[in-house]
Parts: sequence; structure tokens; C-alpha cells
Amino acid sequence: MFDRYIVCEEGFRALDDGRTGGVVEVRMPYYRGLALSMVEAVDLVVDGRPVPPARTSFTVHGNTYRFDQLPRTTDDRWEMGERAQLAFETDEPLAPGEHEVAVAVRLRISYMPVPSGGRDSKRLTLAA
Amino acid sequence: MTTPAHQIKRGVSLYSFQEEYFLRTLSLEDCIRVAGEIGATGIELIPEQMIPGFPTVTDEFVQQWFAWMERYGTRPVATDLFLDTKLHPDRWLTQEEQVASVCRDVDIAVRLGAGIVRAIINTPPEVMEEAAPYAEEKGVRLLLEVHAPFHYEHPWILEHLEVMYRTGSPALGLMPDMGTYVERFPRVVSERALRDGARPELVDLVVQTYDDHGDTHALMDIVNYRGGGPVDFGLARQATHYIWSEPKAMLEHMPLIGHIQAKFYEMTDEGVEYSIPYDRIVPVLLEGGFDGHLSSEYEGNRHIQDVHPVDSVEQVRRQHAMFARLLGETPGEDA
Repeated sequence: MFDRYIVCEEGFRALDDGRTGGVVEVRMPYYRGLALSMVEAVDLVVDGRPVPPARTSFTVHGNTYRFDQLPRTTDDRWEMGERAQLAFETDEPLAPGEHEVAVAVRLRISYMPVPSGGRDSKRLTLAA
Repeated sequence: MTTPAHQIKRGVSLYSFQEEYFLRTLSLEDCIRVAGEIGATGIELIPEQMIPGFPTVTDEFVQQWFAWMERYGTRPVATDLFLDTKLHPDRWLTQEEQVASVCRDVDIAVRLGAGIVRAIINTPPEVMEEAAPYAEEKGVRLLLEVHAPFHYEHPWILEHLEVMYRTGSPALGLMPDMGTYVERFPRVVSERALRDGARPELVDLVVQTYDDHGDTHALMDIVNYRGGGPVDFGLARQATHYIWSEPKAMLEHMPLIGHIQAKFYEMTDEGVEYSIPYDRIVPVLLEGGFDGHLSSEYEGNRHIQDVHPVDSVEQVRRQHAMFARLLGETPGEDA
């Protein structure tokens, strides 16, 4: 329902903590917030290369989690329309310019028999 | 045409403004303000949608909430609860935990001044039964949504009705979703499928079968036999999820009906809903003596957001103009 808004056009940037990689801002394709334990996956593909979840981290309103922490995180939420920061490491520094960023979100919605979620892909420009 | 005297009130579920709220072009305050401007008196809220930090509801929020109600001439009517039975990846919530979740949301409704809580369709009847005394004590009605594809003869609803009639709990009841009265296939949905690459002949098949109130059970199979792809399957699945049933079926259960979710997909330029015949639904509510809120629930945004900006406010405004007409309100009364 909000698939086209998953990948935010603003906020794509390189990591600034000495590691190589970047940050992309993402929104949940759903009409309410969810406890993080129900966020089953936020899969990232940059320029056609999947980034393993172990090389990403997920930040909502200042709280940062590894993806293997999410299943047990029932006391924090990804709010409706909230821009979460999906940080990712890469082997090589990201080149300035355009990158193809694809994100697939999988959510566990209790009233639905199969996982819900959505996917989006955008060309984002990394500031030089 | 004269409309009988009635006590039906107009409301808005802020769910209607999900597109604008998601994109932060309307704040919660804006949503309440426009609902008031449209002439709605009752506000329905999904706390999990528009209260960041849920389930914590701060005193500051509550104070602000009531200040907005006063400023915009509205009052809280209903909140919508969800039941996250799959909160944990490795186990189902126990019945005790489910009841606790419902009671927590009853408490939130009380804090927000709403006397009605929408129980989502997946709430088990035994959980409703166990939570009912708590809701009654708090002065809240716990109303099960009757949402498509369910109807009043469906076994799942019959199980709920059994609890409601057996216990006679004044706290339990029904909240019909008008998405159970989709008489013809919403064109915003079929047009979107075409834009997404659905095959026109398969779209015709799905829409025709639905509009003829034909057998939709095997539509996905037939679309598959005819070489359809994912978009065609999605459309066929939609046809199995919408339902049309006779609105008069509500009459038998009217004492249980405390609130109406007035689902809609498209208010046309002519001021009617394209697929849901409100001109035949509202008379049933009048006949049955319904005295709660007709609460707008706009859900067309997701089908048109790819081609033009969504204007949920205008859509809700049009629906309320239609309600005012069908309820016999004189022009200007809702100004």
C-alpha cells in the first residue's frame, strides 16, 4: 500500500564513522506502527549486490539495532511513516553519483496468513 | 423525500488520511481539524497509527488531544485495536496475553475519552468473552469489526454472535465495515491493475465475474489457466476478498451495532461512491434505529497514488456531503 515510499529519496549518504558503506532511509509499507519483533526482514540490494543483514544495522528514533536483535525487541517500534536509517557496510567506498538501491521489507502481520510487506527500488544520488 | 427522525451522527476515522499522515503533509492535529471542518462530530483513531510511542500515551498527549477536540468541535468516539498474536517469532500469544492486550487498549480508549473500541476481526471469540467484563467495568463497548469477506452467516461471525447472545454482555457488539457491501468492483483497483501491466481481457473477466455476482472462488485458477501473471493474480484475489451482501442483514443485529466503519474507495464527481451503494445502506440504518456514528474510512489512496496526488480530504468531504443528503440534513447544517 505504501511500497513506492519505502526508499526515501532524501538522506542517502556515506557512512561517516570511518567504515566504508552508506545509509539509506526507509519507511515501512504499512498503515500503522509495529513492534520491531514483527519486522522480519529489511533486505537491501545496492547496485545489484545484496548486502548481508549482518553488515547492516537499523535505527529508529535514535535507537540502533542489529537485525538479529529485532526478533526479541517487543518494546520499541517502527512508527507509521517513520524514516528509519538502514546503515550498511561495503567492501569498497561508495562512489559519488547515482546508485540503484532496492529494499524489500517483510512484516509479520497477525491477521494475515502469509508475510506482508513490500519492495521498492530507486536511483539515489550520493553527494560527492 | 423526507427522512425519518434519527440519531445518526457523522464521524471520521483518521485512517482516512493515512496517505497524508504517512507523508507528513497532515499532522494528527491537521487530521482532526479537517474532520471538524467537514462537519464530522466524531473522531475515530487508530492509536498505533498516530500516537508515536504507543502503547505509552503520555499525559501531555492526552491533554493536547482533548484541547484539539475542543478547538475543532469534535469529540472522541472510537479507537481501533489490533491483536498481535504473532508478536513473537517463535510462539503464539497465550490467551491470557491476548486478553491483556485487549484490556490495555481498552485503557487507552478510556484515556482518550472514546467509549467504543474496534476489535479487529482476528480477535478470537473466547478473548472477547474474557475481556468483556473489564470493558464493561470501564464503560467501553468492544465491537467486533465485521469486515470483508465476512458476513453475518459466516462461521467465524456466528461463533462471535454465540458469545454475544449467550453472555448478553452490554460491552460486546458489532462494528460493520461497509466494505462488506461492495456491489461492483472498484474501478480504482482495476484501473491500477491495468497500469501495472495486467492483461485487459483478464481484468475484464475479473470485473465482469464480480459485477455479475458470479462465482469468484476459482478466479485465480482461471486467470492462471489463461496465462495471467502476478498482477492478474492479485486482481483476482481482490475479487475473492470483496463481498456484496444484502445490507438489510444488519437489521437483525441492530441492537449489537454500535458504530459503522463507512469504508469507501472512490467518491465520484457526481457525489456517489462508485462501488458501495450508500443510498441503499443508509435507509437500512435509519430503519433499524441506528444511533451511532457513520465513520468515514477512505481506502482509495493506495490504488491511485501512482498516477496523481491523493486528496483524502476532498474524498471524505464528498462522502460527508452524501451522508448529509441521505440523512436529511438541510444544506448548510454541516457548515
